[in-house]
Amino acid sequence: MAIGETIRNSQIWKSIFRHPMPLDRRNRIVVMLTNFFLHLHPVSIKKQGIALSFTWCMGGVTFFLFLVETVTGVLLMFYYRPTLEWAYNDILALRDVTSLGILRELHRWGAHAMVITTWLHMYRVFLTGSYKPPREFNWVIGVILLLLTLLLSFTGYLLPWDQLAIWAITVGSNMARATPFLGYEGPGQQLLTVGGIDMITDASDARFGLLGARFVGEETLNRFYVLHCIAIPLAVALLLAIHFWRVRKDGGISGPL
Amino acid sequence: MHSNGFFLKDVAGFLGGYYSAIAIMNGIAALILWRKKGQVGWALVWTAFAIAMMVLASLALSGSSAMVPALPAAVRSAVNRLSGPVLYTLGTMALLTVLFVFRTFFVKPMVAWSILNAMLVLMGLSMADENFASIVMKPDNVPIVGLVFLLAFFTWLATKQAVVNDERIARGLPPMEKENDEKVLVWPDLVYTELICMVAVTAFLLAWAIFLPAPLEEPASSVKTPNPSKAPWYFLGLQEMLVYFDPWYAGVVLPSLVVFGLMAMPYLDFNKRGNGYYSIEERKFSYLTYQFGFFVLWITLIILGTFLRGPNWNFFGPFEYWTPYKVEVLNNVDLPQMFWVNLLDRPLPKAPAGASGLVQAGYVLLREAPGLLVMGAYLLLLPPLLAVTVFRGFFAKMGLIRYMVMANLMLLMLTLPIKMILRWTFNLKYIISMPEISLNF
Repeated sequence: MAIGETIRNSQIWKSIFRHPMPLDRRNRIVVMLTNFFLHLHPVSIKKQGIALSFTWCMGGVTFFLFLVETVTGVLLMFYYRPTLEWAYNDILALRDVTSLGILRELHRWGAHAMVITTWLHMYRVFLTGSYKPPREFNWVIGVILLLLTLLLSFTGYLLPWDQLAIWAITVGSNMARATPFLGYEGPGQQLLTVGGIDMITDASDARFGLLGARFVGEETLNRFYVLHCIAIPLAVALLLAIHFWRVRKDGGISGPL
Repeated sequence: MHSNGFFLKDVAGFLGGYYSAIAIMNGIAALILWRKKGQVGWALVWTAFAIAMMVLASLALSGSSAMVPALPAAVRSAVNRLSGPVLYTLGTMALLTVLFVFRTFFVKPMVAWSILNAMLVLMGLSMADENFASIVMKPDNVPIVGLVFLLAFFTWLATKQAVVNDERIARGLPPMEKENDEKVLVWPDLVYTELICMVAVTAFLLAWAIFLPAPLEEPASSVKTPNPSKAPWYFLGLQEMLVYFDPWYAGVVLPSLVVFGLMAMPYLDFNKRGNGYYSIEERKFSYLTYQFGFFVLWITLIILGTFLRGPNWNFFGPFEYWTPYKVEVLNNVDLPQMFWVNLLDRPLPKAPAGASGLVQAGYVLLREAPGLLVMGAYLLLLPPLLAVTVFRGFFAKMGLIRYMVMANLMLLMLTLPIKMILRWTFNLKYIISMPEISLNF
């Protein structure tokens, strides 16, 4: 193993990894403290805290799926153009022509899987009573992340611009039309008038704000694209960071006291 | 009903692989049991079952309608005839209740394994029905099938541990999670588990992506409305609620309340026990509330909305053809109509022509008085009444504000099942119906 030895003794290797391989107890501790990606973890953990029958690994799988969605999503963004002229054709080409069009399958099925694993993670956290003090607030962040996961999936649903997409978004966003006071078909919107002029119309209500238009059209496609690729992922990334940080700060993975 | 000729040839390969997979699964189970002492009987049972599955697999691979194992047509049409929203909802509730009450029996590995096999075989037999398969095999519906099996598995896994813990706690022992108290290093014990999980998920996702193409329908057209038009599957529980409530409540207020209620949960649950381990007996109230909300009001409604609601949002049995021409009688009546017209035999109160706005509003309130009083009593009188009766202990421990938040969330959550029952029994459409301000409840 002369080559391996040479590499591990080179200046480059040593500048990246500041300690020997994690083969003995000391270096297994050091690796957790010096590696950026590993430092999310504690150095040691109770055995039951890593038992799969206890954790189901669902939080970790959800995070991993988020990474898969990010990577496949960025690659799909190189190809897909969110305009009425190109959106459908680009997806069609991904299916029929383009090499690695399977990225779309990975992205779509990964998204479905992420919704399911989020629910299962939440189910496990509930069943083990892990939302109880001192972890109340992390549960709240988790609920917001659940909501954002559903919104990510919902905004992405429109992008293929086929019948399935626009009608699912039409049905979903029609709900906003009925928002109390703020939707133009919602209860109480009649009361919001100034000098006899209706403030809430189909061009100023909650649904219009969501769609950017009176119906699902090109403005909506652009709006959902930006929400799907930029706004919501950034919010998720920030909340994920807080979620993980708080797992540690609230005493690590839950267990009997 | 459609002819089965070509369809069965298409589905034969899948079913052959499916039954073979069940056979292999049971073969492995039998092998594991064989090696354990004292489980030879069960090992033989699952070996026999695996052989039976191999027979089914070869029959399925024939692809001929005489051979492919399927539910008898008489059974299928009977299921179609019997099924409806009422039986579906009450049936799932009854089933979940039985599973809960007799959980110590159902968590036994051999019992759970038998149920899993029964579910898989039933699924396979149903897949030989064209109408069933065409809905279940829709690419975007496949995740829900996965969700059903995953939920069944994880609920079993959790309940099994909860049963053990409850029994230990009853004997004065700590929960079994406590036994594993010793610490291990995260490298290698955790990071390797994570690595294996990542590889497994990647492999699973790749297989899924290779074998099931993502759906792509015709290009979007804002003039061609599909029937039925459905939201993405995870919102279909909400869409199903539209049968019972107007969009402002089913689509805006209730979902917001779900989010708010989930966030409020850790601050409302004052029970300090059951923190960090599986248990049911120590936290029965919160357990049952969550399971009712999750399974009855969320998951089963999604399944109903996805698999059993067809054109015009009509109910279709699992083996029924989704014809857009199915007609259902709509004879729902509003509460004011029931009260003033049907009960008192008088016309609905209506302001005289040319009356001022205030007088008109007064008449509207009079017309809606029965519904307003019922809802007022439900939301304002019930919480204090419950505080001095069933929830007396809760009220004492929670204090006024926390108790009122909890009681109101609870009552608002129960509006859905209550409205369902009123619809089924009295054909009640709206309790309050004020089209003047678009407020129907």
